[in-house]
Amino acid sequence: MDLLDNLALGFSEALQWHNILFCLLGVALGTAVGVLPGIGPTATIALLLPITFGFDDPTSALIMLAGIYYGAQYGGSTTAILLNLPGESSAAVTAIDGHQMARAGRAGVALAVAALGSFVAGTVATVVLAVAAPPLARAALAFGAPEYFSLVVLGLIASIALASGSTLKALAMIVLGLLLGTIGQDLDTGTPRFTFGVRELYQGLSFVAVAVGVFGIAEILRNLHDPRTRTRMVSRVSKLWPSRSELRRIVGPVLRATGLGSLLGVLPGGGHVLAAYASYAVEKRVSRNPGEFGHGAIEGVAGPESANNAAAQTSFIPLLTLGLPAHPVMALMVGAFIIQGITPGPGVMTEQPALFWGLIASMWIGNVLLVLLNLPLIGLWVRMLSVPYSVLFPVIVVFACIGTYALGQNPYHVFAVAVFGVLGFVLVRTGCEPAPLLLGFVLGPLLEDNLRRALLISRGDPTVFVTRPISGVLLGLAVLALVVAVLPAIRRKRDVVFAEDE
Amino acid sequence: MGPGYVPLALGVVLAALGLATAVKAYVAPDPAPGAAPAGAVADAGVSDGPLDGPATDGGAADAEELDTRPLAGIQWRPTVGVFAAVTFFALTIDGLGLVPATFGTGLLAALARPGTHPVRALVIAVSLTLASWVIFVVLLQLRLALFGDWLGG
Repeated sequence: MDLLDNLALGFSEALQWHNILFCLLGVALGTAVGVLPGIGPTATIALLLPITFGFDDPTSALIMLAGIYYGAQYGGSTTAILLNLPGESSAAVTAIDGHQMARAGRAGVALAVAALGSFVAGTVATVVLAVAAPPLARAALAFGAPEYFSLVVLGLIASIALASGSTLKALAMIVLGLLLGTIGQDLDTGTPRFTFGVRELYQGLSFVAVAVGVFGIAEILRNLHDPRTRTRMVSRVSKLWPSRSELRRIVGPVLRATGLGSLLGVLPGGGHVLAAYASYAVEKRVSRNPGEFGHGAIEGVAGPESANNAAAQTSFIPLLTLGLPAHPVMALMVGAFIIQGITPGPGVMTEQPALFWGLIASMWIGNVLLVLLNLPLIGLWVRMLSVPYSVLFPVIVVFACIGTYALGQNPYHVFAVAVFGVLGFVLVRTGCEPAPLLLGFVLGPLLEDNLRRALLISRGDPTVFVTRPISGVLLGLAVLALVVAVLPAIRRKRDVVFAEDE
Repeated sequence: MGPGYVPLALGVVLAALGLATAVKAYVAPDPAPGAAPAGAVADAGVSDGPLDGPATDGGAADAEELDTRPLAGIQWRPTVGVFAAVTFFALTIDGLGLVPATFGTGLLAALARPGTHPVRALVIAVSLTLASWVIFVVLLQLRLALFGDWLGG
């Protein structure tokens, strides 16, 4: 049978003991650097990638990369949960409820759930990939520019669910994010936009700088403004392990998120970000007490983390067949692949099956080793919270500066951190939440690119978005989501319901 | 469609949303963050203290209460301190190099917290400089000049 043959091939490549050792080393390094506050997964991987360049055997290099990837991702989730410092777009969702859990003394539980959810999702997605890779690859090709545009619109509208405050302000934040995403040279014509003659702005704002600013620095400012600034971030950590009933609560979210992530991950470009946000939105809708979301709902951690991981697995299809990386971290990985002599293209899956499946298998093994290594270490990470805040926050500031600078050796990105830090703080103070802004910023270029391409193909006829069936359905869902979110009567009633629930 | 099409469209939408937000603030103000029953409005980004008035109330607040009105309660020391710390790094990392930039940033950041003793800030800044050197230069082999051109490094 094809499926078993493929997986067996992959695992026979990846399961040699020296490969496992390299993977373990990668996981350990990735986690160790990833948990440094202020150093997100993108920076971690950028810092550690060069280690793998020296390897002669591409399989060993790839499997170590897989380890670094998972270690960095998990390290990023750890700082997102403990310190509200997400280093990449999907971890911003985890931070919403994860950090609230940490503040309530349930940091250990949040970390354990993130690891377990990722592991289950990664395992299921590996099987999904083995079964469905060829049809999924065809499905991804059926998505043209209009479909992408509609999907992005749906994703943006759905992200209103991320905000627990005013819908109007959430919408405004999305649009502001989109607008910030247009800064830099126009893709088609090369015309500089909103650069004011500043050469450094031609490449646009750095995602890492914006994320570190609006989440990390703004969070520091917020803590410093609280006259009761905790000398310890969290005074009590009640327990490290999820209880049986908590485990039961996350089964549904993890499974739903895995399905969602596997599907969305196939779409090249932004699929894994959408997956994390979509999973959060779905869980909030499905939940019996949606009011808990934004205040430490365990489903809000389990869902997005699982979706993210499932999508990371299936995103190898577009990555290796179309050469389209889903996010900056993946783009760095592609760079490493190319150095190892793997040029992404339509032929990889059929022409180099050993490599393709070896990579998939090594990703899964990276995931397993991550859980094995990190579950015992949760107690250690949680202790990061017992560092006095007066010491911790200068550490975050300095490391964030170094990490952002190291990415492109560009001091301008560090300056952007300072500006977005203050901006993020003012936004939070005025009841505007940064998560939708960040999503708009990430998806903005994708939205514009596909809008313009779709209109170019249709010769300026905007009906193309509604006449193509997939695109029409997606836009219809977006309108529906908007109506539900905006209708104030419905909202008010829902708020009353939440209040009574508590 | 030229390069200005999407930015213009987004700008118009954003202006409309801004206007709507402003009108709504007068007509039907949001319950101020933190004042509403937990679960309805309060969120991760807002202080969890009690509140002394709706968001639009510009009047003098009871000074003893924790001031969480959107903009009135912003203190200059943490805000300027942290902004200055990050900006200092941006301005000096190329010219002065890692050691002076880290030291200055650490010192400014540590001093941004009201009530931090200067000696304590100095100790934090020195240890941070040392830690950054060990982690990023010794262990991670990052190509960063310890002392920059301005210092003849």
